[in-house]
Amino acid sequence: MEYIIHLAILTSIFAILGIGLNLVVGYTGLLSVAHAAFYGIGSYATAIFMKSFGVNFFIALLIGIIFSAIASFLIGLVLSRFKDDYYALASLGFNIIVWSIFLNWQSVTRGPLGIPAIGRPELFGFVFSENIFFLILSLIFVALVFGVSVFIGNSSFGRVLKAIREDEKAIQVFGYNTQMYKLTIFVIGAVLASVAGSLYATYITFIDPTAFNVMESVFVLSIIILGGLANLKGSVIGALFLILLPELLRFVGFPSDVAAQMRQLVYGLLLVLLMLYRPQGLMGEYKL
Amino acid sequence: MKILKIQNISKHFEGVHALSKLSFEIEKGVITSVVGPNGAGKTTLMNVLTGMETFDNGTFVVGDIPLTKVKPREMPMYRIARTFQSVRLFEQMTVLDNVLVVLTERNILSAIFEKHSKYHEERAFGILKRIGLWEKRNELAENLSYGQRKLLEIGRALAMEPEVYLFDEPFSGLFPEMVKKVKSIMKELREEGKTIVLISHNMEIIRELSDHVIVIESGTFLAEGKPDDVLSRKDVLEAYLGE
Repeated sequence: MEYIIHLAILTSIFAILGIGLNLVVGYTGLLSVAHAAFYGIGSYATAIFMKSFGVNFFIALLIGIIFSAIASFLIGLVLSRFKDDYYALASLGFNIIVWSIFLNWQSVTRGPLGIPAIGRPELFGFVFSENIFFLILSLIFVALVFGVSVFIGNSSFGRVLKAIREDEKAIQVFGYNTQMYKLTIFVIGAVLASVAGSLYATYITFIDPTAFNVMESVFVLSIIILGGLANLKGSVIGALFLILLPELLRFVGFPSDVAAQMRQLVYGLLLVLLMLYRPQGLMGEYKL
Repeated sequence: MKILKIQNISKHFEGVHALSKLSFEIEKGVITSVVGPNGAGKTTLMNVLTGMETFDNGTFVVGDIPLTKVKPREMPMYRIARTFQSVRLFEQMTVLDNVLVVLTERNILSAIFEKHSKYHEERAFGILKRIGLWEKRNELAENLSYGQRKLLEIGRALAMEPEVYLFDEPFSGLFPEMVKKVKSIMKELREEGKTIVLISHNMEIIRELSDHVIVIESGTFLAEGKPDDVLSRKDVLEAYLGE
């Protein structure tokens, strides 16, 4: 049971990451590979403020949000100069920069040693120390993030984001300052990633830079492409699929000496097949 | 009264002069056709006037406002709307959303908490009925026929309720029924006192619709006047038809 709860919590955290990134990539068409940077900023801010300043989780979460919002605003300003492939490459560059800061600013982040013994969230004296309660907390956050994102996606604002994705120059002719729209959704996506980061730090109770490298951004990108771009339910399904699939493969019964390699192979193969036969993802409406 | 003035506008692309000190004026409330052979610079002109391309020199005067630089997003401020030679719809959005996106709030906060959706929806419905795409409102734009796509682009321009319409080849590739529809929309707009700048290769339509014709060749001004007068001039025929 503990194992299932553990997987459910991880799925919740990655669902939040996926939902946030889907607003940026799926709705707006900005191929960002920097999501793990904001996930990391939220994680580190929460961990540092809880451990070093004894701040409550929910305050630390808000601080993480503020840090992520500022960082994403500045990064978004630079990224708004780029388009398409160049946007992806520049955002990847930012992920590497932020990851390098986590790794090398040792006086603050403890570098590769990471930050251990981060406390669990506490609310009115109740500590979410048991995983089942942490799962409930995570699900509440998933519901909140999902609700806010659906509201944004269904609003006029969301419609403009889709139009930017389809033809940015054409929507400008109708009087839209697309730079501001792109910047706003990039900051919103980063804020949601920060929330996931805060949950991650206090669930695992240990963070180090490896959890926030470029591969993590690529993993979240895989979640939303697999689940379906511009479909928020798809992000949840995608997270569920990509977290559970490798776990399910543990039960296939590969010979123990090649089990790990076989699991990787089958996992990769299934992803390729899915993209071949369902390029719009499991729930998607938008094709890249 | 002149509503648009193009004054010595030049534009070049890597050594090719698409527009060379082009100057002419557009009268308010009439249909003015801009004609010329392929490569004359008609679409480039549309693009520089709407900020899709920058122009190198010259001034674009809208009403009394002289502009030396135009940004696409300022078009509604000058009450100008356009269509494109190659249709540019928001392909993976519904027909209704293609119109609604033009109607709704520009301010980000207002757009998030959109308060006027019912009002905007009713306006969008009215436009879709006017262009005959009401039945198609829930289909993706990418699934429309070529003619319907052209109509939807015109619908988006109508949604802006501008003073000046810039129509770039709105009749090309249309079936006769749709040509009739687009012509009637243009006539209605003229009756409403709107200004239309029309680019078309169809001489028959130009003669029928235009109040005034401007001919450009190789990015320069060649002639202007009443359609029948201008289109029978020897230099125009030579430039336009190679006769």
